[in-house]
Amino acid sequence: MQTVISGLARRCGVTGLVIDRSAERLIKFHAVTAVLFLALGGTLALLIALTRWQVVHLLPAKQFYAFLSAHGMVMLIFWILFFEMAGLVFGSTVLLSARMVVPGLGWVAYAMMLGGAVVATGLMLTGRATVMFTSYPPLQAPPLYYAAVLVFAVGAILGVVHFFINVVAARMRGDVGTLPLFTFALAGAGIIALWSLISGAAALLPAFLWSAGVIDSIDPGVYRLLYWGLGHGAQQVNLAAMVAVWYGLASMMTGGRPLNEGLSRFAIVLYIFFINMGSMHHLLVDPGLTPWLRNINTSYFMYLAVLGSLIHGFSVPASIELGMRAQGHRQGLFDWLRRAPWGEPGFAALAVSLLIFGVMGGISGVIIGGPQVNMIVHNTLLSPAHFHMTVVAGTTIAFMGLAYYLVPLIFQRQLMLRGWARYQPYIYGAGMVVWGLGTGLAGHWGVPRRHWDITFDRVSTLPTEIFQTTAVNVFMALLGIGAVIAVIGGAMFVTIIVATVALGQRTATPNLGRVMANAFSSAPAVAGASGEEGEAPVPAHGAFEAPGALVLSLAFFTLFVLLYDFSWFELSTVPWQVR
Amino acid sequence: MAGRFSPLAKPQGMWWSPLGRDERLWVAIAAIWGLGMFLMIAFIWPAIGNEQNEIQSYRIDPAEFHRLTTEFTETYQIGEMDGVPVVAPPPGSDIYLEAQQFAWRPVVQLKRGEQYRFLISSRDVQHGFSLVMERHSLNFQVLPGFITAIHLTPEQVGEFAVVCNEFCGAGHHLMTGRIIVTD
Repeated sequence: MQTVISGLARRCGVTGLVIDRSAERLIKFHAVTAVLFLALGGTLALLIALTRWQVVHLLPAKQFYAFLSAHGMVMLIFWILFFEMAGLVFGSTVLLSARMVVPGLGWVAYAMMLGGAVVATGLMLTGRATVMFTSYPPLQAPPLYYAAVLVFAVGAILGVVHFFINVVAARMRGDVGTLPLFTFALAGAGIIALWSLISGAAALLPAFLWSAGVIDSIDPGVYRLLYWGLGHGAQQVNLAAMVAVWYGLASMMTGGRPLNEGLSRFAIVLYIFFINMGSMHHLLVDPGLTPWLRNINTSYFMYLAVLGSLIHGFSVPASIELGMRAQGHRQGLFDWLRRAPWGEPGFAALAVSLLIFGVMGGISGVIIGGPQVNMIVHNTLLSPAHFHMTVVAGTTIAFMGLAYYLVPLIFQRQLMLRGWARYQPYIYGAGMVVWGLGTGLAGHWGVPRRHWDITFDRVSTLPTEIFQTTAVNVFMALLGIGAVIAVIGGAMFVTIIVATVALGQRTATPNLGRVMANAFSSAPAVAGASGEEGEAPVPAHGAFEAPGALVLSLAFFTLFVLLYDFSWFELSTVPWQVR
Repeated sequence: MAGRFSPLAKPQGMWWSPLGRDERLWVAIAAIWGLGMFLMIAFIWPAIGNEQNEIQSYRIDPAEFHRLTTEFTETYQIGEMDGVPVVAPPPGSDIYLEAQQFAWRPVVQLKRGEQYRFLISSRDVQHGFSLVMERHSLNFQVLPGFITAIHLTPEQVGEFAVVCNEFCGAGHHLMTGRIIVTD
């Protein structure tokens, strides 16, 4: 019972949104491309983990380093950015019931991203650009590699520009006043993405010219500075996009509304202003920078970005609590949590993503991002342990949760394997937690990242057995086993999506499971009331509206303080004085 | 009080409202914590800690650094380990440690409790200086054309492995060095 408005648009029978068909087609291309890269990256992840698990040591060295290079680009850049592009098109057109004003731009952006990604991936997989995701000079890849990545980056810039053109046009037409928080957060992500991509291009363009022989040499220190202008900004893009998805899923699953709209938007603005300072924490043990530059960037300024995350970390669970309390679950401090839809794939993904991102990813990031503690962490396995907890267990799981609803809606098909989808976030999350613990502990023990053989059995000059201990062997086994579980979880997701898109029953009104009917409605809800406007909210405990979320946040904060203090203690036990 | 809107829908009318008690409490805690962490990094730890990040750096031509390392090795060599020169410079010395594809040279012998200034650079590509010990490691980035200078004072006797933790090519995992600490 869809209403065909014209050949160019349709009204969604479930959400009531008016959908530009061309935008919808573009979203589909981005989403399918994203999932294909995710599948490739996940396969590489399994092979890599089964190699670092020395007992298995699956791949030979050359393939290991080549696949590790590819895994980084495929996951951190291609999977994530194609999915985010689908989100950007969605947030600037479908969600606003608006149309693309310059469709050609969107398609050119996609084509450039796809072409660049395919060429770069091919070069890395075949061992012709084994320079790792970071491609640090003087390591050199063929000029085609840098050109491919640059083409991708320009395509992504065009995609972000396309998002802003759509939003501005919709505002100028009067189709939208204040942006939905989802789109606002994506706009924040887009702003950060613009300068991140430009910074990356500024690093890679000279590298391309150097590889092509046009310029003689390239300063490795300057490259690192410019590169990490891309590097950490890009991750903040993922964080802002994940936050958008968190709020969106909270609304769909529980009717959750942000506790304070202005505060949540302010927290996004904090990201925009301060995250680039945080990029300094990749350069904490580099030559060429002074201690005061490091101190100011990584603490004073970065903590303002961290404040943004802490705000969302409280506000998202608080919004869930408000939504559940409004449905009548008002008993005690945590009845709202017990009664939450844990069996609904979207909520499962939301909860797992929030928990692992906050507890493991966020805390570890703040700790290892300090200049002093970084000395005992830099380039050990603690680095990848941290960023997999944020970008994989956090962002990727959240994206998977949203996909379970957007894919049926956009492709107009019934979700297949719903039973699998209920467990998938938990399986994937559990795998990542095990992987993260093993990898992180190994890193604490000093095990290096990007390293093929920590037994050093093949080394005849000055070998060492420092990593051949029971503890390290256990940690690396956790790394391997966790990876197997996580990859199973990832394969479940890919299978569900591919099956849905290819075989799902075509319908204009797919069954979305337990989704709140008013998630896409513009009508305001007032907390504690029975949905009638004009009633004052009923505070649950004293004057606190979300006491349960507050208690959870305080428990998180306590853990944060304990782990933070412990990290300084660990630094103090190092049997060297350093100055 | 203004109503609350779904993050997936366009807010209508006035959506701004003052912070409630929950938010004010949480933001206050978070802001104070951020300030505390800043003070710890910038002032408190520098005053009380024995492990400080005060890396100094210099620009240098890789060929010149290699020459200085060779000279340093010849001056203070006391023997060999696995065919690699072992040097024992006097306490308070500048120690030249060179990273190359795929080795750390020379092997350095230090006296416990004495301070030395390590001058670390690379002959070719980027490397990761990683001094590994039981349950810990000390790590610094090494760039060709730059000297990473740090003051190290060993507090424990023993032999410490040096590995590379920045991918530097096909033989990255073959790259090792050694620092010996005696009484």
